[in-house]
Amino acid sequence: MALLEVEDLVIDIPTAMGTLHAVGGVSFALERGETLAIVGESGSGKSLTSLALMNLLPKRVQRKAAKIAFDGQDLTTISQAGMRRLRGNRMAMIFQEPMTSLNPAFTIGDQLTEALLCHRKVGMKEATDRAVHLLEKVGITAAGQRLRQYPHQLSGGLRQRVMIAMALMCGPDLIIADEPTTALDVTIQAQILHLIADLKKEFGMAVILITHDLGVVARVADKVGVMYAGRLVETGTSRAVFKQPRHPYTRGLLDCIPVPGRTQPGMPLGAIRGQVPNLIGRLDGCAFRNRCDFAGPECAADIPLVRTGADHEVRCARLDATEVAA
Amino acid sequence: MSDIVLELRNVTRTFQVSQGLFRKKATLTAVAGVSLQVKRGEVYALVGESGSGKSTLAKMLLGLLPPSSGEILIDGAPIAAKNRVAVARRIQPIFQDPYSSLNPRKSIAQLIALPLVVHGIGSAAERHRKVLEMLDVVGLPRRLLNASPSQLSGGQRQRVAIARALVMRPEVVICDEPTSALDVSVQAQILNLLLELKRELGLTYFFISHNLAVVEHLADRVAVMYLGRFVEERTRAGLFAGPEHPYSRALLESVLTPDPDLGVPDTHLGAVFPNPLTPVAGCPFNPRCPGAVDLCRAEAPPLVRLPDGWATCHFAPHGAARTVAA
Repeated sequence: MALLEVEDLVIDIPTAMGTLHAVGGVSFALERGETLAIVGESGSGKSLTSLALMNLLPKRVQRKAAKIAFDGQDLTTISQAGMRRLRGNRMAMIFQEPMTSLNPAFTIGDQLTEALLCHRKVGMKEATDRAVHLLEKVGITAAGQRLRQYPHQLSGGLRQRVMIAMALMCGPDLIIADEPTTALDVTIQAQILHLIADLKKEFGMAVILITHDLGVVARVADKVGVMYAGRLVETGTSRAVFKQPRHPYTRGLLDCIPVPGRTQPGMPLGAIRGQVPNLIGRLDGCAFRNRCDFAGPECAADIPLVRTGADHEVRCARLDATEVAA
Repeated sequence: MSDIVLELRNVTRTFQVSQGLFRKKATLTAVAGVSLQVKRGEVYALVGESGSGKSTLAKMLLGLLPPSSGEILIDGAPIAAKNRVAVARRIQPIFQDPYSSLNPRKSIAQLIALPLVVHGIGSAAERHRKVLEMLDVVGLPRRLLNASPSQLSGGQRQRVAIARALVMRPEVVICDEPTSALDVSVQAQILNLLLELKRELGLTYFFISHNLAVVEHLADRVAVMYLGRFVEERTRAGLFAGPEHPYSRALLESVLTPDPDLGVPDTHLGAVFPNPLTPVAGCPFNPRCPGAVDLCRAEAPPLVRLPDGWATCHFAPHGAARTVAA
């Protein structure tokens, strides 16, 4: 049984202009020890998807799903108290902004031990020992002294490590990391990604990585889901998606980024013309079709995910065209 | 007109930092003895981690911060002799975050015309004509003239920021991470635009970034900054083919290309975060350098001339005869 199964997740946001269909039917499954990367640009619904799994969506946002099952437990019907028992305990989240996600009024030690004290029958001593152990694990020196420090006394890189240590306190089965390295320098990014990979191996954690950085995705993910306008348009193993991208949007994204040794310096980069569609109101057919070079009349119909390989699915009506171009 | 449009001679900037209410103030050297020459029509890139002094340097170039010592020259004339307004005619900035760098209460037309108003250039009609011209240059539709920044997407806002910087026809544009707040597909559009404008208008860019893939795509010369010092300055091709300073090498290795066959690189930089208030003996990089020996801890490295630039490392150039500058 998969650790996490999501079927047909829909997220609607009522606005004054009508309902905004932020996420329109996302399905995926995640095994223990696996890393799934959800890639997409701003507004694609990737962060809302992660918040929906943790049941942390703002009140006015509506979540519907045929199934959200975590280790056999149905999260669509679970009580608030039941969810609280899971959150921070068996499923934990690493948020994007280490500058704003730590409470400035409490010490690192207070914030690190809180989840453990609340979920497990442990004393302060035991919780502190675990905090020190994990801070050392994430590469923080003089961990014992750090516990008495406040977030403002730490650099961005250190704060992000504290966030990771905090997520690991209860030894979760699943970690959802929303852009965990975006705010960091490249050298520290490499260290943090190493750390997540090591911990995954050591503790058998599953990781959902939410990011827009294709380089990070290619290097760390087992499975990739490319999201556009609230839907997964291409899913598959990292190898399949990066080596043989079939959706025109995935291809467009890969052509956009400069890659030393591959792109010619000074020459124009690939560009995706047009803009992201407005998600308010009824949406028909492929949301990418008015930016797509291959679009035809068939793209106006609803398009299912089509299996194109052993571990590769694409939501495109013009697979014939993208095959020729490959 | 000379070929060198911008020159820094041994520029240093120090700050007095409070250590606590009753403790003596400490001196933080943000920029230490930096010399550089930017040729007309070139893209000069500056890379380094946060805290390396990149932004302090940019502020000095814009005349927003006087250097503690040393000289900054534009077209051979010292910047100190000119007033702020005169400097602003020649050098204009494009900042990182187009969400905070545009006044939300002004219209697009007012934002782009503001530099002309400040410098008292042209009549209202002439300014309006120039604003329309700039909209065309950066590829914004004229109907946005009376829109406010909140109605624009991130990419459109950055185009407004570019139009505002270029309306004065500056010689040098300081680009401080101009694409790091943007989505990948928008980043490609803005990079393409910057390259196109450079060719058409004969601009010189001073380009600050921590994204080395972007730097490789855009730059002619690259300077690598570490703790306020330049540690290597090379042509783009030379640096990316064979970095001589171990810090440059680590930065280059940290670039994550979207290749699913490669893992996360190990930079061996260690977790020791440098404290700029407590300078180390010998080479400033020795506490993090994987190849540091006793010599590096005792003696500051010499400036080693290379065919296409220089590096400050005891072991540069690797495996070749060296000429140490006196």
